[in-house]
Amino acid sequence: MVATRSGRFEIDRRTLLRTGGLGAVSLAGVGLLAACSGGTAGGGSGGGGGSLTFGSNASDAVPKKAYAAFVSAFEKKSKDTVSTNVSDHNSFQDKITNYLQGSPDDAFTWFAGYRMQYIAKKGLVGDVSDVWSKIGSNYSDALKKASTGEDGKQYFVPNYNYPWGFFYRKSFWQSNGWEVPGTFDELVALCKKMKAKGIIPIEFTDKDLWPACGTFDYLNMRINGYQFHVDLCAHKESWNSSQVKEVFDTWKELLPYYDPSAAGLTWQEGAQKLGNKQAGMMLLGSFITQQFTDASVLNDIDFFPFPEVKVEGTDAVEAPIDGLMLSKKGAQNQAAKDMLQFMGTGAGQEAYYSVDKSNIMTAKDADTSGYSAFTKKLSGVIADAKSISQFFDRDALPAMASNVLEPAMLNFLKSGTVNLANIESQAKTLYSQQ
Amino acid sequence: MTTTTAPAAARRTRVTASTRTRIKNGPGVWGAYLFLTVAAILWLIPLLWAVYTSLRPKADTDRLGYFSIGGSYGFSNFAQAWTQGGFLTYFGNSAFITIATVVLTLFFASMMAFAVSRFSWRFNVTLLIMFTAGNLLPPQVLATPIFELFKLIQLPYSISDSGSLLNQLVGVVAANTGFQIGFCTFVLSNFMKAIPQELGEAARVDGAGVWTQYWRVIMPLTRPALAALGTLEVIFIYNDYFWPLILIQSGNRLPITTAINNLQGQFLSNYNLLSAGAIITVIPTLVIYLALQRQFVAGLTLGASKG
Amino acid sequence: MTVEAPISAARATRSPAPRRRLRSLTKRDRIVLGVMIGIPTLIQAVLVWIPLLASVALSFFKWDGLQLSGFVFQGLTNYNFVFNQAPAFWPAVLHNIVWLLFLGLIGTPLGLLLAVLLDSKIRGSRIYQTVFFMPVMLSLALIGIIWQLMYSQDNGLINNVLGTAGTPAAIDWFGDSSVNLWAALVAATWRHAGYIMVLYLAGLKGVDPSIKEAASLDGANGRQTFFRVVFPAMAATNVIIVVITVIESLRAFDIVYVINHGTNGLELLSVLVVQYLVGETQVIGIGSAFAVVLLVISLVPIVIYLSRTFRTKE
Repeated sequence: MVATRSGRFEIDRRTLLRTGGLGAVSLAGVGLLAACSGGTAGGGSGGGGGSLTFGSNASDAVPKKAYAAFVSAFEKKSKDTVSTNVSDHNSFQDKITNYLQGSPDDAFTWFAGYRMQYIAKKGLVGDVSDVWSKIGSNYSDALKKASTGEDGKQYFVPNYNYPWGFFYRKSFWQSNGWEVPGTFDELVALCKKMKAKGIIPIEFTDKDLWPACGTFDYLNMRINGYQFHVDLCAHKESWNSSQVKEVFDTWKELLPYYDPSAAGLTWQEGAQKLGNKQAGMMLLGSFITQQFTDASVLNDIDFFPFPEVKVEGTDAVEAPIDGLMLSKKGAQNQAAKDMLQFMGTGAGQEAYYSVDKSNIMTAKDADTSGYSAFTKKLSGVIADAKSISQFFDRDALPAMASNVLEPAMLNFLKSGTVNLANIESQAKTLYSQQ
Repeated sequence: MTTTTAPAAARRTRVTASTRTRIKNGPGVWGAYLFLTVAAILWLIPLLWAVYTSLRPKADTDRLGYFSIGGSYGFSNFAQAWTQGGFLTYFGNSAFITIATVVLTLFFASMMAFAVSRFSWRFNVTLLIMFTAGNLLPPQVLATPIFELFKLIQLPYSISDSGSLLNQLVGVVAANTGFQIGFCTFVLSNFMKAIPQELGEAARVDGAGVWTQYWRVIMPLTRPALAALGTLEVIFIYNDYFWPLILIQSGNRLPITTAINNLQGQFLSNYNLLSAGAIITVIPTLVIYLALQRQFVAGLTLGASKG
Repeated sequence: MTVEAPISAARATRSPAPRRRLRSLTKRDRIVLGVMIGIPTLIQAVLVWIPLLASVALSFFKWDGLQLSGFVFQGLTNYNFVFNQAPAFWPAVLHNIVWLLFLGLIGTPLGLLLAVLLDSKIRGSRIYQTVFFMPVMLSLALIGIIWQLMYSQDNGLINNVLGTAGTPAAIDWFGDSSVNLWAALVAATWRHAGYIMVLYLAGLKGVDPSIKEAASLDGANGRQTFFRVVFPAMAATNVIIVVITVIESLRAFDIVYVINHGTNGLELLSVLVVQYLVGETQVIGIGSAFAVVLLVISLVPIVIYLSRTFRTKE
């Protein structure tokens, strides 16, 4: 199977189209609301009649439609015309630097974190600080930080994010008397109980390699704190350290409770096992809900944050942010800036959300009255977070993530051992090559 | 088994036919048949399995499992895969890349082969060796510099919307042509060498220049080799996965062979659609194979038959 | 991709017809000829020879690929990474060797066997040939997908026939790193054997029938005739087939890239080059160092082949 990378979860969003996904549970009328509510922060300085091109990586049905809804809402509002070029999600990501050096569109879809900062540092994208001066108050500080390059300027406007955490079936847990674990020890104890019943306690899927980063990031942040995560991703901290060793030592306690065939499973297959009550819980992003096409299963899905390990509390949350950026060329185009500004408004995000409901809107003034209780819970976790991480392969050097850490984690999963000295030596070489 | 019973005298007159290694009647021949038949069945299974899966609606295989008989059979997966996968675009890209590459390659290679084989000049063998060697390399060895080179080539936006050779079908054509010229030159030069020198001389006496000798005399005589080589190259280029993977950034510009990898992601866990997509991809090669099998095999073995 | 070149070796060894010297040409003809040589040579130089040298050069530098000014010389750092740090390097070398041995000991001999059996007067020889040759028409990328349908853990044909599908005993042929290399090799052999068969059939047809006749008259049986007479007479074809097998093993890429991007037990040298070459993970210096390692290994069969092919000409 194709090795999909994080952020490529759109693959099966077409299932959402069939079922309404989260939207089936939440409220179907948001689209209508969005159309009426307008945006308080205003969208664009409005001359109208301009035009721009928009490169979208939303190649699957639901996000594609959602961006189309966003674009048409923008066109209606601004009288600008937008021509959208949709590229395959995976290739868009693989080829971003070539794309930006080649013939980029004015605006394009991208991710927050190192991936954004890297292309900003290389001077491949346009500064949108002036857009931020208008929409800044509509975002939390954490989101602003996530949109800021190393030089202190903003380059990114968030659309939505989605938290990572443990997903499980409420009814399954209730009937067995299982309780949401608040600490790592409770988690291990619960796993033991599940295993005794012949259930796979934790569904883990590593065929695509990237899902393992979620567990690593959470353990790292819960043991060493958010700042250590950031510094490790930037390779300001050593991999060959007692801190990282502790992460893997702790992780090792969970290995006996993973799905034995994890190495060959995709997250989609894992989600099916969770839905079928073959597995007790699964750590993934909230896009997991796309897999539950049966509304009765979908309604039964609940979420709890990664338990406390060593650092007190659970105030760091992994919630990757997707949004828009401008190419260098696009930064000269007022219409393109206006579109990014529109993305920073409730009206813009609602237009997107009206179609794709598997994510959490990021603008403060976005109308969330349509959220289901479950979506509210997810958004609450993000809102309460003191710090938001982006996921290892978005926060760190991409070559470090996919060529070094991910294979090492797969090996760890299979053998229970990890060679931190080797990871450190590879990290040294790779980071020095940048 | 008629041949084994043929009279010895008759056999001797049909030398080529009768002197192949013969399996005599008896357990040996049955063993051979058994082995070949079992092997042939095993050989066909992967394709037949794909065809079978592609003919069944997903609902039926979800209900009955893939390893089952029953439910309905039809071509709906093909229609769905065709529209959902965007095959028309991919086939268009494949056709452009393949035709352009094969025409250019044969044209340039035949010129070079003509110069190398019909004239004797310093370094002609050296050049031929270097041409041949280039084609034997793993293409990955060349990929980085070609990629960077194509990126750095500045083209006006009126010609290339990327301003460079990247993400352009012509870029893939260029890379493939560069990579294939060596092989074609080698094959064609061997073929042209076998054409009697006197033919060129006669034309020269009639006042024909070098170009006329090439185009009017040698090329027509090379037609069998060009046909065989052309068929072979069509298949090679159509089946090329690597260069578009490296050089094309937009999904809608990929040729079908590289694009099916994306379809695999798109049709994830829907093996019915995936099979249909695979079969659709196979059809053009299969048509060429069945129509031009002789040419293809001749191309593959060009020269090898003259021990 | 298929290795094409060596097939014509036999013809290359024939003595060339007497050729014209350039001196006898008019000035105009010389210019025409110069253009006819110049254009293909220029294409080769720009798209093959210069990139080759550039690969070697880049492997000693660090470069972000963005500006021509950004080169920083760093000696053997990239090679140190390749040989001493990248955990996938030695497994990849091992996998390439396994690939070579598997094709060499199973794929190629199977192709020979098919050719020898089909070369005898067997009924329906053409049909068998068509069947065995069919996969040769398919791209290795497509073969990866077709075999995915065979190998899938719960829905694949193989596990269903074995009766393990849907049970914990079901092997994930492409996902389990202890078996997936072999699974991929079976799929590759599906194509390779047919390819070898066709080449060998052509070679067998070229063997002078009288020597077989003679051996047969001397009382040699079929096997003896083949190994003592036919096989040695086919030296040229044999060399070609050895070279093809070696080069195909070094070039193996498409099929593992389609299966899982060449990870988790399917690491190959060609994949490592690409891993450090495309996309956001691009590290040009390291990718080039991997490419040079692959190049140096590939030069061995290439040089052997070329020296054999062209030796008689000089």
